[in-house]
Amino acid sequence: MSKLEQIGKDTLQWVDDRFPLTALWKEHVSEYYAPKNFNFWYFFGSLALLVLVIQILTGIFLTMNYKPDGTLIPGTNVSVAFASVEYIMRDVGGGWIIRYMHSTGASMFFVVVYLHMFRGLIYGSYQKPRELVWIFGMLIFLCLMAEAFLGYLLPWGQMSFWGAQVIVNLFASIPVIGPDLSTFIRGDFVVSDATLNRFFALHVIAVPLILLALVVAHLIALHEVGSNNPDGVEIKKNKDPKTGIPLDGIPFHPYYTVKDIFGVAVFLAVFTAIVFFLPNVFGYFLEDNNFIPADPLKTPPHIAPVWYFTPFYAILRAIPSFLGTQVWGVLGMGAGVVVIAFLPWLDRSPVKSIRYRPTIYKVILGLFLVAFIGLGILGALPPTGTRTFLSRVFSVMYFGFFLGMPFYTKLGQTKPVPERVTDTNTSRQVWFLFWCAVTLLGAAVFAKLV
Amino acid sequence: MIKHFRRFLLAAALIAAPAAFANEGGPHLDKAPLNLRDAESLQAGATVFANYCLSCHGALNMRYNRLQDIGLTEAQIKANLMFASDKVGDQMKVAMQAADAKSWFGATPPDLSVIARSRGADWLYTYLRTFYRDESRPTGWNNSTFDKVGMPHVLWELQGVQEAEYKVEKNAEGKEEKHLEGLKLVKPGLMTRISEDGKYDQSEFDKRVGDLVNYLVFMSEPAQTKREQIGYTVLLFLLFVLVPLTYVLKKEYWRDVH
Repeated sequence: MSKLEQIGKDTLQWVDDRFPLTALWKEHVSEYYAPKNFNFWYFFGSLALLVLVIQILTGIFLTMNYKPDGTLIPGTNVSVAFASVEYIMRDVGGGWIIRYMHSTGASMFFVVVYLHMFRGLIYGSYQKPRELVWIFGMLIFLCLMAEAFLGYLLPWGQMSFWGAQVIVNLFASIPVIGPDLSTFIRGDFVVSDATLNRFFALHVIAVPLILLALVVAHLIALHEVGSNNPDGVEIKKNKDPKTGIPLDGIPFHPYYTVKDIFGVAVFLAVFTAIVFFLPNVFGYFLEDNNFIPADPLKTPPHIAPVWYFTPFYAILRAIPSFLGTQVWGVLGMGAGVVVIAFLPWLDRSPVKSIRYRPTIYKVILGLFLVAFIGLGILGALPPTGTRTFLSRVFSVMYFGFFLGMPFYTKLGQTKPVPERVTDTNTSRQVWFLFWCAVTLLGAAVFAKLV
Repeated sequence: MIKHFRRFLLAAALIAAPAAFANEGGPHLDKAPLNLRDAESLQAGATVFANYCLSCHGALNMRYNRLQDIGLTEAQIKANLMFASDKVGDQMKVAMQAADAKSWFGATPPDLSVIARSRGADWLYTYLRTFYRDESRPTGWNNSTFDKVGMPHVLWELQGVQEAEYKVEKNAEGKEEKHLEGLKLVKPGLMTRISEDGKYDQSEFDKRVGDLVNYLVFMSEPAQTKREQIGYTVLLFLLFVLVPLTYVLKKEYWRDVH
């Protein structure tokens, strides 16, 4: 052993005597045994972590030059906040790349998280014993929505201002306390400088802190129960009698670290293609109207949230107001998010993975996907008679998927689940590509027609 | 009762307004001839911008010295483009006060720093070429892309005067209604010509407006050419180095997993 290695070893020992560094590394990385049959869908957990890091790092640098100040620059109709974002885009060295990474990161966070959640859905990752993993995940999703909404106000453009106006006004529809509550949230009677300042504080400190704590809880809970896999087989049931290591498990490091690094490389190719060539993404990641400085006196003709909120926004608009209040739509939208958290208790199927579920479940899941994507498209468009009708149909399908679950998951004949995990094969890969193509094509055709 | 009826009308209007907007196709837009690598066009556009736009509109986030990105030197910028300021690091501010502007034009002229990002190049290119004479308007000008616009036809000297051609149609109730059908150049400007048979040629003016829009697009995001340049390098690295390398690395590590 060379002298240098000895110093390294001694230092590590010194730390380990005082802090369980090696033990933590082993427990969560080098001796955390994950199923060996992870497929495409299992990249998105680590990618979500990557995007979180990107958002925090770029966010730190943005705060160095961003000014949460809604007052107008004398002689203009441009606010200090709006101008500070453009200052970052032009006069701050590397500012434009940091800002585009942050704005692209916001949308890509949702892309990755929606795919991550869909993975949980198709492989039953929320089922016993992973209920808390799912609950922590849902809390992360709620925080993420709050974080995105708060951050969207900061550029202080027209869509920032009016989007916040619409969403904060939703709280005003709550009976009795509503109007006071929305004033309390805004800190003013209208969205104003006071709102901008508090949203900034919440966006850069409060919500990220909770988000980070929840991510830690999500991972600790996951590592306590172990990862699910595309077969829904519990790998801990088949351990090597001598070593006690699951026969179908492989250490997270180095196997999944190198695999995830490959995933990161592919993801970065997509991410940077957007950052460098298409930062607006046709007005979906950065909306055209948000390049108009906020004007409290000029309501834009069409106010739509950013794409990742549109499924829930469509549910809000689909529900008519009755009994003299609009609170039903708000409750419906809230329920649309919260109901996802109850999946572990709604699903009564004896199998986890879609691979072994009966056809009826596959059909209903397909209909759910149609409803969710359909709502997402409809929520981005101005309402018409047909669109409102379709939104209502899809909303019923959306809630039907969850509320009908205790009943339809008992129907049909499940296929026998194997003892050990299985590898992917050509047939599965072809079907996967086929359904991806059908989904994308279907969404495109629907968006064109509706 | 009347109160209720009024409320109902208001509600109906509020519901109908976005729906009507959605059905409206909007005016036809011509494609703007953009080329952010054409320094000559960008410089010509910057000249038009400094001479015609900057008197009323500001470009708060644009600094004069950023024009070096389109191939101008500081001396050239100072000599030819700076009328409202004397420091080359200054922003393109407007001398007119917002309050004055509001009383003169009915609205504060918008800041143009990022106008190309909110309106889009094609809209700007069409809008700047569709002013027509309309004595009913306070400025004497109207615009077929932006009806009842507060802005006068600043480039009239270059384009000349256009007049609207109407089509008279009977509506559902049998009343005659005037519809704007097109615009006709009736008096040539410095950059347009009318030949004896009534045909007119606006290509020189169109070209100059194209230059201006090209400049506005550049100004809305001065880093965009550089952004794409860096983008090619980054993507080439990722697709041809990092992705294959990490793939091979993964394969190598996973050789013993069966």
